[in-house]
Amino acid sequence: MGFGVWDLTPLLTLSWLVPLVGAILLLFVPNRDGSRNGAIRWLSLAVSIASFALTLLLWWYFDPASAEFQFVERVPWIPAFGIDYYIGLDGISLLLVVLTAFLTPIALLSSWEGIEHKVKEFCVFILALEAAMIGVFISLDLFLFYVFWDAMLIPMYFLIGIWGYDQRIYAAIKFMLYTMAGSVLMLIAILGLAYLHSEATGSYSFDLLKLYTLQIAPETQRWFFLAFALAFAIKVPLFPFHTWLPDAHVQAPTAGSVILAGVLLKMGTYGLVRFAFPLFPTAAAEFAPWIAILAVIGIIYGALVAMVQPDMKKLVAYSSVSHLGFVVLGICAMNVQGIQGAVYQMLAHGVSTGGLFLIVGMLSDRRHTRLITEFGGLKSVMPRLTAAFLIITLASIGMPGLNGFVGEFLIMLGAFRWDPRYVVGAGLGVILSAVYMLWMFQRVFYGSVTNAKNEALPDLRPREWAAAIPLCAMAIVMGVFPVLFLKPMEPSAKKLVEQVGFSQPVRVDNGREMQNAKFKMQTPSTAPQLSGVRNAVHASGR
Amino acid sequence: MFNTDLDALIPMLCVTLTALATMGTEAFRGRSERLPIGWWGLIGLGGAAFAGALLWNRNAVGYGVIVADNFGLFVTFVLIVVGALTIMFSSQVVDRDGIPAGDYYALVLFSIVGMIMMATATDLLVIFVALEILSLAVYVLTGVRRDSPKGTEAAFKYFLLGAFSSAFFLYGIAFTYGVAGSTRLEAIGSFLSAQALSNNPMILLAVGLLLVGFAFKISAVPFHMWTPDAYEGAPAIVTGFMSTGVKVAAFAAFTRVFLSTFEPFSTEWAPLVAWLAAATMILGTVVGVAQSNLKRMLAYSSIAHGGYLLVGLVAANSVGKAAILFYLLAYSVTNLAAFGVIALLGGRDRDNDELRDYAGLWHTRPALAALMTVCLLSLGGLPPTAGFIGKWYIFSAAVSAGYYWLAIIGVLTSVVSVFFYLRVVVMMYMADREAGLPAPVTVPRLGMAALMVAIVAIVYLGVLPTRVLDFAAESIATIF
Repeated sequence: MGFGVWDLTPLLTLSWLVPLVGAILLLFVPNRDGSRNGAIRWLSLAVSIASFALTLLLWWYFDPASAEFQFVERVPWIPAFGIDYYIGLDGISLLLVVLTAFLTPIALLSSWEGIEHKVKEFCVFILALEAAMIGVFISLDLFLFYVFWDAMLIPMYFLIGIWGYDQRIYAAIKFMLYTMAGSVLMLIAILGLAYLHSEATGSYSFDLLKLYTLQIAPETQRWFFLAFALAFAIKVPLFPFHTWLPDAHVQAPTAGSVILAGVLLKMGTYGLVRFAFPLFPTAAAEFAPWIAILAVIGIIYGALVAMVQPDMKKLVAYSSVSHLGFVVLGICAMNVQGIQGAVYQMLAHGVSTGGLFLIVGMLSDRRHTRLITEFGGLKSVMPRLTAAFLIITLASIGMPGLNGFVGEFLIMLGAFRWDPRYVVGAGLGVILSAVYMLWMFQRVFYGSVTNAKNEALPDLRPREWAAAIPLCAMAIVMGVFPVLFLKPMEPSAKKLVEQVGFSQPVRVDNGREMQNAKFKMQTPSTAPQLSGVRNAVHASGR
Repeated sequence: MFNTDLDALIPMLCVTLTALATMGTEAFRGRSERLPIGWWGLIGLGGAAFAGALLWNRNAVGYGVIVADNFGLFVTFVLIVVGALTIMFSSQVVDRDGIPAGDYYALVLFSIVGMIMMATATDLLVIFVALEILSLAVYVLTGVRRDSPKGTEAAFKYFLLGAFSSAFFLYGIAFTYGVAGSTRLEAIGSFLSAQALSNNPMILLAVGLLLVGFAFKISAVPFHMWTPDAYEGAPAIVTGFMSTGVKVAAFAAFTRVFLSTFEPFSTEWAPLVAWLAAATMILGTVVGVAQSNLKRMLAYSSIAHGGYLLVGLVAANSVGKAAILFYLLAYSVTNLAAFGVIALLGGRDRDNDELRDYAGLWHTRPALAALMTVCLLSLGGLPPTAGFIGKWYIFSAAVSAGYYWLAIIGVLTSVVSVFFYLRVVVMMYMADREAGLPAPVTVPRLGMAALMVAIVAIVYLGVLPTRVLDFAAESIATIF
């Protein structure tokens, strides 16, 4: 890794410290009467863009050929317990960090007019949230990870509870308690892991890479895996743990929804990839079929429920349940296509669902309602917004040439190699997603203007352009040049699959052996598969 | 220092002298003269802290019954912090509520003397005397507002039940003496470990009675009945003081007696204490959910925190012992700060301690609301605060001692507790102020300074706990 001038710069630390310091500095800007709102908005936007620039630098200097963690920084934090400030990036976390930093300025832009009171505090919470989210993705120490994981809840709680819609307090508390209930059991499992490490080696350690190599009895693995998986399943959210999501998404302000859907949900799936599966491979192999069944149920259930929602935001929220089901399915397949597809789908979903919430938020800012029946025929009133929404809608459906397709395709490919039965259900989900999204699009934008209030709605304002264009552009870029994003994550995905697959102890009993064999199954080379995707994308994109 | 038996007593003497000075000042004060009597106390506590620092690592023994070992000194430091913060919070609260300042500060200081004595005593009878010194002072403090019927009722209840539990404690001492022939902890310990007495009903009865005595003072379920009433009736700052100081002192003595002297019987009492811990955590949080009075809610929360501390006591490994010390510090600072906010917001005619009094506090007093939020998050155990590190430490002790079930109950109850802490946050940030409620008072500067100190400590302990963790581990290493 040639860093050049950046050799001595703790680039990765800066990527989360910049927003945090920005938030703390903002706290000291006096703004009691709201007279400095404008300046505060610009300042926080500048901070978030600076942080985005830093993550782009990370991407620039990232060595895509290596599967190792890069930009590693390690400082002892609580030495008595082997706790370090230990961070690093691999191909899987790199792009999620970039996504986080990419969506934060957009979230700030989306709230430019929607948020009028307590602007300073709003910006402080958004930036603090960004810092914590990036922290979650870069932590290589379980203790550090847990700190970020829990700390992140606080700003999100306030964002929903203060700036949300009518049911905001209920939604905020539900969000907080659900997530905490899952994560505290994970805390116990983390402590248990550290204790096992001290039994094996004589010293406590929360170092993820050391814990990967720990030999854990299958029975213990099972409990620990369940504790981790529950925390992440609630966050994803996997059916049947999804009930907090519609409330939180619908009640959150637009910026909150964008970040919630764009980044927070990915923490659950990221956690499965980074922690639950590789730490407990035996248990993971055992439970993967069950989790995959829940994922497929979620795909179909989310789609069906989305179809009948009268509220656009709720529709998008349930569509997230469906899309995240795909991601979990890809992870459960635990082969290179599945993992790459899952990570790709996380990014794609972040962009497209972020975009959907953004534009629904614009409509709701204008009309103060999100009911589909209140709209209709908007295409003639606001053609530009319609165009942007169409791009994002198609991306979300998984139209070839846009970002959603690549992820879903890879996931289904991976799942097919694992067990074709799951793909049948997932395929149904793809069809249903086209139904609910296009139906909603049709009812809102096509036809004639039925409601007089909609006749004079303004089209996209410059500030809204600034938020929508990057998302639309990203949807297209990710659809046309997937290799740009797939390449850096490929070595890491391969390594992960090896790690999870190869550490299976060979069992004598039949059923288990079969499952393990499935886990071990890997393609000799993934390159042809990927170029296949590329060709398919190119062919259908035209 | 002087290498006499007095060395170990110097921290206590400092506080006692200033307590006497406080009384003297009050006696010779003119009728309308106002004196900053509280400063006496701060000076005394500063002296005690200085003496404690000089005594560090020296294991000074005073008359064979008081030992200034590192464990005792760590607890002494915690108590000094508690005392100093209490006095700072009290500065204008006392004037506002018409509490006689001289009596008030003297009682606070005397009870601190009792607490320090309890933490450093190595003789059961001296522990009892210390317990009575601190209890008597705290009974009076509970009812210090003589015009308040609620306060009087609280003090009376507290006194009656406290006297009752003292009897249990004394009875336990008597039985212990009957078996071991001594009240010195060291002598009892060596006697017990030398003889196989685990089936001796006398000693089991003694252990049980002492357990009841301690359980009452730390308000463990089912000996918690007095707590909500006493905490609600007392002035907010007194509640803060007794919910931290008394608990710290009682836990110090509890730890010393049960983890060193009665260590040979740990197989007998550990399951019992484990159940106490579970019941305390569960009842404290579950009943806390239903409260609409903030003081009462924090009373139940402090019961629950006693439960977490008991988990540390059960998991009596090297981690657990240090975890108790760290948790005591984290809990004291946090809880005292939370009660400090309540005290600062109180009015002369009205306590302003109902949940709805906090509605919209963010709009009227943003700084206080933010600081209160930090306290509540720390009590709930969310990072990056002291409460999180404390809970993490306690639960890792439980896990490494094999008490997974206690740890699971602990984390689940802390999620439930977050629910009621958040109700206050919801009120402060997300609700609008009801019409007709009095506007919040101006906040005294010294109280605000105390609050800032506490908050800085909470965040410091949450982000960079290493130094204090090592300190706690070091102080526990010397005696157990």
